[in-house]
Formats: sequence, structure tokens, C-alpha cells
Amino acid sequence: MKIDKKTIHNLAHLSRLRFDDSDAEKMEKDLNGILNWVEQLNEVDTDGVEPLSTMTWETNQMREDIVGEHLPREKGLKNAPQKDSNYFRVPKVKE
Amino acid sequence: MDEAIRNKYTVVIGLEVHAQLLTNTKIYTSDSAEYGAMPNTHISPITLGHPGVMPKLNKRVPEFAMKIGLACNCEITRHNIFARKNYFYPDLPKGYQITQDKTPICTGGFVPIKLKDGTEKNIALTRIHIEEDAGKSMHTVDESDTLVDFNRAGVPLIEIVSEPDLRSGEEAYAYLTEVRRLVRYLEICDGNMEEGSLRCDANISVMLHDAKEYGKKVEVKNMNSIRNVQRAIEHEVERQILAIEAGEEIISETRTFDAATGLTASMRTKEDLNDYRYFPDPDLAPLNISQEWVDEVKSKLPSLPNDLFERFTKEMQLPDYDAGVLVDTKEIALYFEELCQHTKYYKAASNWMMGPIKSYLNELTLSIEKFPLKPIQIAELIRIVEDGKVSFAVASQKLFPHMLQAPEKSAEQIAQEHNLIQDSSSDSIQPIVDEVIAAFPDKVAAYQSGKKGLLGMFMGEVMKRSKGKADPKVASQLLEKSLN
Repeated sequence: MKIDKKTIHNLAHLSRLRFDDSDAEKMEKDLNGILNWVEQLNEVDTDGVEPLSTMTWETNQMREDIVGEHLPREKGLKNAPQKDSNYFRVPKVKE
Repeated sequence: MDEAIRNKYTVVIGLEVHAQLLTNTKIYTSDSAEYGAMPNTHISPITLGHPGVMPKLNKRVPEFAMKIGLACNCEITRHNIFARKNYFYPDLPKGYQITQDKTPICTGGFVPIKLKDGTEKNIALTRIHIEEDAGKSMHTVDESDTLVDFNRAGVPLIEIVSEPDLRSGEEAYAYLTEVRRLVRYLEICDGNMEEGSLRCDANISVMLHDAKEYGKKVEVKNMNSIRNVQRAIEHEVERQILAIEAGEEIISETRTFDAATGLTASMRTKEDLNDYRYFPDPDLAPLNISQEWVDEVKSKLPSLPNDLFERFTKEMQLPDYDAGVLVDTKEIALYFEELCQHTKYYKAASNWMMGPIKSYLNELTLSIEKFPLKPIQIAELIRIVEDGKVSFAVASQKLFPHMLQAPEKSAEQIAQEHNLIQDSSSDSIQPIVDEVIAAFPDKVAAYQSGKKGLLGMFMGEVMKRSKGKADPKVASQLLEKSLN
């Protein structure tokens, strides 16, 4: 797989990131470097190996449907860049 | 639109229904999932997507999903993993929604529908999967910001995806009505579309009958009632056909429905389709569902509306119409079932349910759980009428209201106290008949010269003068005899 300028722009859009052309070029080089390195894995024969989806062998980690403690609202709102006493505030989004 | 043009096209509709599950807590945290709390009070670091937190699955969520899956004859997926669906929106704190991608918990199955003309059809399901709801954004006119409330973020949902099997707005209406009835019978969702606990998006396309491929599909959102889903579909079908007829191309896009105008309008083009970059969520352990668990859920399934309909029409010999009305609401159906354990007069029982009892509940906007009389009391009321002790008219207009006032007393006791027991002796009815005949000599003459329709008026007089206690059968026999 090769990352080109178009992919970089698409990824930037999807990640809501903004950078200029020289940064984009650097990014393109970095990402290609990473992918090339990871591509070494293609040399390993993975026939018959199930894809890894989690990092543990545990399954069925579940909890009972019982209400626990809530985070107090002031604490939840504390680190928000914009807020009032009830709500998180964000720049107006309209569909 | 011209029928001839409309009839050239086949309409293809698939529905995606999101149902909020009636659990106590959210899907991956122990925050309350209750609707209507003060904003941002049902939150936790997991709900807010803080770094380092570990989600843990609510056991009741797969259980509820299995319930609907088994009720719809789906396959239950044994090995489930959870996936991240990535997109940015202010009401999605983590920047991804945890859902199921490759391993929906239920696959296949169908929902049976019945149309007004009696046509029956099974609508195939593609899949049912479990996922989390997003928070709620509020865009108000007098605020320059968007306000976000995360109480709803992480509330469990199931998404029920149908195959593109629906061919009209009416079929979509019937399908949604059945889905809502099922989730209510299963007690997994309250089915309230106005409050958004049941939501529906429609994928709509049209094609010429002989077309080899489906037309471009348009997704319509923002319909807050079943009726509006039907309206939106009917409008959208017409819009697409008119556009094609005018030589325009349909673009694959998302449109929003405006209930006030009945029109749909473009929201955004779906150019980013499939750019959700799904991948397995490494924080959640896979879910393996054993045969024992499936069997356990299956053994606890309640009677479903279609099973009850079968029973009511076959075993109890009710007309389809009666059975349809009775199974419409689970609680009504269960009340009726219990009533039928105390009486064998099934049709009379159904008449009482659909008549006086339903009007009483409607008038006070009560649900049947709040109805003061027990099924056994209604059974007694039915027996008194069937035995000819009280006429149906007196029973429904007088005895029944008295019983509602004094639910602790028996029907018979109240009938005695209020002197409602019907008089079927000719000896006491004949004098009243004579009295009525004497009072209307001209009407008697008219009757005798052929105006037989006057019999009803004489009957009315007799009933009035007997204060409704005369047995109508006996009274009409005596009247006819005396008049001729």
C-alpha cells in the first residue's frame, strides 16, 4: 500500500486535522515509512491463523444491569473548553 | 401523479430501525439509562470517553437482542466481537461508536406483516446488531453554540435491518407497526417514536419493472411517527419517479423529512460512504453465546401477538377483526386470556373488551393495568347477561358503571341492590304493553294499516315504562300479539 497526497488529504479531513503542504509532505513520508515497516509482516505465513481482535484470551466479560455511581456534573464538565452549568458547549453544528 | 406512470415502476424499500433497550444501565457502563433526567447527570468517565477507561458489556443487552432475534426466527451468532465505527461529531465523545460490524448478534429471520386487504407477507431481515446511542445535541435559535447532553450516550440500542423487501409505504407502515408490537410484547423497548426510543430510517429507490439493477437509493431520516414514515416514503417515491421521467438522475444521498410540509429535502451527499474505518474494539472481550444461554432466553419468551391471534381465532372462534384488536396491546390480550379462563362465552367476552371496557379506558386514558375490575368479575357480568337476568343494554349502561364504583362487590349483588334484574314474566310485562297501546291509539291504527316500522317505537315505550327491566324478547312477543 502506498500513501499519496490524496490519501493524506482524505485522512486529514476524516480526522479533522489541518496542516499546510510542507507538513503534508512530511506526513506522507512518515506514513509510508510506517506502512513499509509493517509490511514486513506479509513475509510471515498466516494461513490458518484467526485474525487477532483483542489482546486477551478472556471472553464474556459482562456485568449485571445495576445502576452504579455517576460522575457529578461539575466534575464531568470540568475539563470542557466551553460549557455552562448544565451543558457542554461546542461551535454550532447544523446538519 | 398519473397512475399509468406510477405503475411502470417497482418501489424498493429497506428499513433500518433503532430501538432503545429498556435496560436499567447503559451498554458499557453502569450509568443509568433512564430517559428524562437533568442534562449531563447520567455520565461517567466511560460515557465521556476519557482515556484509559475500560468498557464492560451489560449482560442484559445481548439477552434482549436474542429475544427479538428468536421471536423473528433469526440465527443467533455464537462468536461476537465488537467494532469501532469512526466518525467525528460533537455528540460522540470517543470519536467512534462501539457497534457490531462483521458479527451482528442476529442474522436472517423475518417479520410477518398483514396488509389492509388481508395480504400476508414475510419481510426478511438482514441482521440485528447491538450498539450504543450517541449523546444529544441541541441547536436552538437563540443560542450561538450547540449544547450537548451526554445522558443518552451509551444507552443500548439494537438496530434491525430489513432486506429491501418492502414495496410500498403501506407495507412499511405494517412492518413498523409489527416491529413496535414485537418489542413491546418482548418488553425490550417502549416503542415510543415521538420520544425517539424507536427510530426509523428508510432506504428508498425505484426502478422500471424490467430493470436488472436497483435504482440509486436515497436514505430518508427524521420521521417521528409510523404514519410519517409512510408519508415520507410516498412523497419520496413520487419525487424520484417524477425526476426520472424528467430525465434527471437520482443521486445517492441522505434526505430529511419535514412533517409540516410532507416533503423531503437533501441533507448531504453520501460521498463518505464506507469511510467509517471499522476495526475490532480491543477493549471489549469477545462475546461467546452458548446453546444453554440461547435455550434459556427462548424458554422465557412470552406469547407473541401472532400466536395469540391464532389461539383467539382458532380455539376461541373469534372473528379476525376481534382477534386483531385484542392482540394489538399485550396487556389487553393478557387480560382477555385470563377472562377466558373464567367464561366460555368468548365472543361476549370480546364484545365487552372492545366495547364498554375499552371506552371506559379511553375516556379516562387508563391502561388496562389500572382497570379496577378483575377478569373474574367481568366473567360474572357476562354470565348474568347470558342467563337473561340482566339485558346487555342495562348491563353495559347501568350495572357496569355501578361495578366500577364498587369494585369490591359482585355483579349479582349490585344488580340486586340497584334493582336491575330483568323481568321476563309476561304477567308483569303485559300490563305495561296494554298501557302503551292505550296511550297511542293513532299509532296503533297506523301500525295496523301497515306501518310495521312503528314496532320499534312501541318497544321503546315499553322499555322506558319498565325502566329498562322488561326482557326485550318477551316484551316484543307480547307487543306483536297485542297489536295484531
